[in-house]
Amino acid sequence: MKKYCSILLTLFTFHVSSFTSKAQDINQLVEQVKSKLNVVNDYIAEGKMKTDIAFIKAPVGKIRIYFKKPDKFKLKRETGISILPKGGVTMNIGSLMTTNDFTIIPAGDMLVNGIKTKVVKLLPLNENSDIILTTLYIDEANRLVKKATTTTKENGTYDIEMTYGKFSQYGLPDKLIFSFNTKNYKMPKGVTLEFEDNATPEEKANMKNKKGKVEITYSNYIINKGIDDAVFKN
Amino acid sequence: MFTLLRIEIYKIFSKPRTYLAFAAITALILIVQLGLKVDGNEYAAFVLADLSNTLQIDGKIINGYFVCYVVLQLLLVHVPLLIALIAADMISGEANMGTLRLLVTKPVSRSGLLIAKFLASAVYTIILLIWIAVLALFVSMYIFGTDDMFLLKNNYAVQIEKADIFWRYAGAFFFATLAMLTVAALGFFLSQFADNSIGPIVATMSIIIVFTILSTMSIPIFNIIKPYLFTTHMVAWKEFFDVKLNADNETIAGSLQRGDKIIKSAAILVLHIVLFVGASIWVFKKKDVLS
Amino acid sequence: MPIVSIRNLTKEFNNIIAVKDLSFTVNKGDVYGFLGQNGAGKSTTIRMLLTLIQPTSGDIEVFGLQLSRHRKEILKNIGAVIEKPDTYKYLSAYENLKLFAKLSGIKPSHQKLMDQLEMIGLAERANDKVKTFSQGMKQRLGIGIALVHNPQLIVLDEPTNGLDPQGIADIRNLILYLSRELHKTLIVSSHLLNEIEQIATRVLIIDRGRKIIEENANTLFDPAQTIVQIKTANDKQTMALLQDTIWSSYLCKENSTEVVLRMNKKNIPQFIHFLATRDIEIESVQPRNNLEDYFLQVTAGKQHVHTFKN
Repeated sequence: MKKYCSILLTLFTFHVSSFTSKAQDINQLVEQVKSKLNVVNDYIAEGKMKTDIAFIKAPVGKIRIYFKKPDKFKLKRETGISILPKGGVTMNIGSLMTTNDFTIIPAGDMLVNGIKTKVVKLLPLNENSDIILTTLYIDEANRLVKKATTTTKENGTYDIEMTYGKFSQYGLPDKLIFSFNTKNYKMPKGVTLEFEDNATPEEKANMKNKKGKVEITYSNYIINKGIDDAVFKN
Repeated sequence: MFTLLRIEIYKIFSKPRTYLAFAAITALILIVQLGLKVDGNEYAAFVLADLSNTLQIDGKIINGYFVCYVVLQLLLVHVPLLIALIAADMISGEANMGTLRLLVTKPVSRSGLLIAKFLASAVYTIILLIWIAVLALFVSMYIFGTDDMFLLKNNYAVQIEKADIFWRYAGAFFFATLAMLTVAALGFFLSQFADNSIGPIVATMSIIIVFTILSTMSIPIFNIIKPYLFTTHMVAWKEFFDVKLNADNETIAGSLQRGDKIIKSAAILVLHIVLFVGASIWVFKKKDVLS
Repeated sequence: MPIVSIRNLTKEFNNIIAVKDLSFTVNKGDVYGFLGQNGAGKSTTIRMLLTLIQPTSGDIEVFGLQLSRHRKEILKNIGAVIEKPDTYKYLSAYENLKLFAKLSGIKPSHQKLMDQLEMIGLAERANDKVKTFSQGMKQRLGIGIALVHNPQLIVLDEPTNGLDPQGIADIRNLILYLSRELHKTLIVSSHLLNEIEQIATRVLIIDRGRKIIEENANTLFDPAQTIVQIKTANDKQTMALLQDTIWSSYLCKENSTEVVLRMNKKNIPQFIHFLATRDIEIESVQPRNNLEDYFLQVTAGKQHVHTFKN
């Protein structure tokens, strides 16, 4: 989990530039989003996580997410094993706004789920960053990030889509969908020790759907009540 | 009948070789457990290497339930030898020792004697499996704790929730018992035809090894005969560890992906047991005891 | 009342005739000697009597019941040692005895089992594993097992095989004890005539699966019918001397070079005295009974049924 946080740290270390007025508007918008999120010093979120990957059969699990400024983040499944996409995911938009090492480029408007959004491209200044480009779709009226698309060097491109409700005032989503590409799965029989091929051709075809999704539905947030640092240790 | 059964069980558990099987099982399981305790994370990393490219899997992969699955996968291939050691000796061993003729001159019916003998080897088989369950499941649960099970199949991976596992093991052990009783019945049947136990033990194992090889080789010509080999059905206990998905691609707790397959395989194994034991009784009733 | 009545019993194994048309009767109280060479069909017959082998044809009745229909009732009253006295080597004498008692449908007390072991001389080794026993001890345990359920009929197949002389004597005494003191009926098979001679009240001889003779032992072993073969320095001269004496009527073979006479056993010293007073040098005197003479002929592979007289 730490890994995603560190990547995110780099991801959203952005730089405020000001060479066009449009850019200034955008910078302002980003600042507004950031200040909204800055209200939250820490939170504990409860919710359900569903891993929807074609070749993984996984149950919906109850999770608990811990966040503490500036970048402490922990996702704990209440019981059991959690399967998350590797490298680059965080379900915490708060981390977005904590650093300033990015160039911000405005890229027009776009509808996301019927809502008009401002498209903002973030280019990392740090050349060692895994992230090549992040595109944010910001609901200008509510100052909320509706969608984020990130392209990385190592881990492909992934999308985060957020739906807001009760906690929109803090910029915290009710639902988050993380989409990513997966590689084909095939295990050698020597490892699985399964010598019979049970899957039907239809099932096999379904399993080749390379898009994976992790959906988190938040039921509750406990905001700014303080969290012991021990929680973030393994 | 009950007296006969008690006598046969008493005889089995008076033989040193019976305990050899328990010792072998204990040693094997403890070795696997020790290996996974010491190097479990490396093992998990190796098994999950392919998935780790795109996914991060957090949690106690190497937990008691998973360890038990690994042990069963490795062990259930070898347990038939330990079953054959006793079952294939039930009649041939007595013939070799010369006690068969004494037994047959006692006022008990031959079919009663045979049924008691088979039931005694079944009791041994069940006790052996209970011992495996105690060591592989309960001891592993104690040493490694419990968590969800994350299993790799050929075409997909399955995560089964912790609360949804125990009953699957109950089912798997019950099924494994049927599979091992089939081995016992085969050994028992072959036990009729020799005056020493080596022959039937080797014959039983040879049949199982050859059939298992045919069952596991993915060669089209063998695929045709696979459904007719009982060894193909012996591994269906693994089907307890696969779950159905709902329309939202979520696993359904308490479901079985191929419940029908378990029932079919179980029925085929029961049929084999009935056939082998029935044939044993038929042959033995007509047999001239010359040993 | 006949305890065992066998009629026209035949057993074929893959077209080899092991027993052919055999009939005989064992009466209550008999020690029934069953004589024949190795492979004559004794064991096959005994195994058919004990339901180990199914007859090809023929009838077996025991205690007046058909064996094929009343197997269990009949076997409850038979105790047997077949060929070797094999028992469970990994169990003790006591455990073996208890186990077979239960199989015979009885549950004897500890004391009863110990008494039984005492009778066969194994009380002190009761808790030792059979694998530590000598052949003689195993044989005694085998007989103990045969007797544990107090059967009416006891079948002992070659009970002295592999025993030392002391062991043979022990078994012989045990058989006589069972017969005379406990009034059991016994069938004892052997290929050794002298063994049977010492214990049997009735004798059956079979060869190549066929009955040769069934007769009371006191007839077969009649001392009045003892055959005496005498070796002298000059047998021809001895034969000539015997002519025209009272002894010539006892000669088996006249005009023979062998001196063989049939006479009552008690007359042998008198005959030797006669020869000695005539200065005949005697090298050996070999008395043998009628049956032995006959048995030797059969076991030599020559069947001379017609020459047998009794």
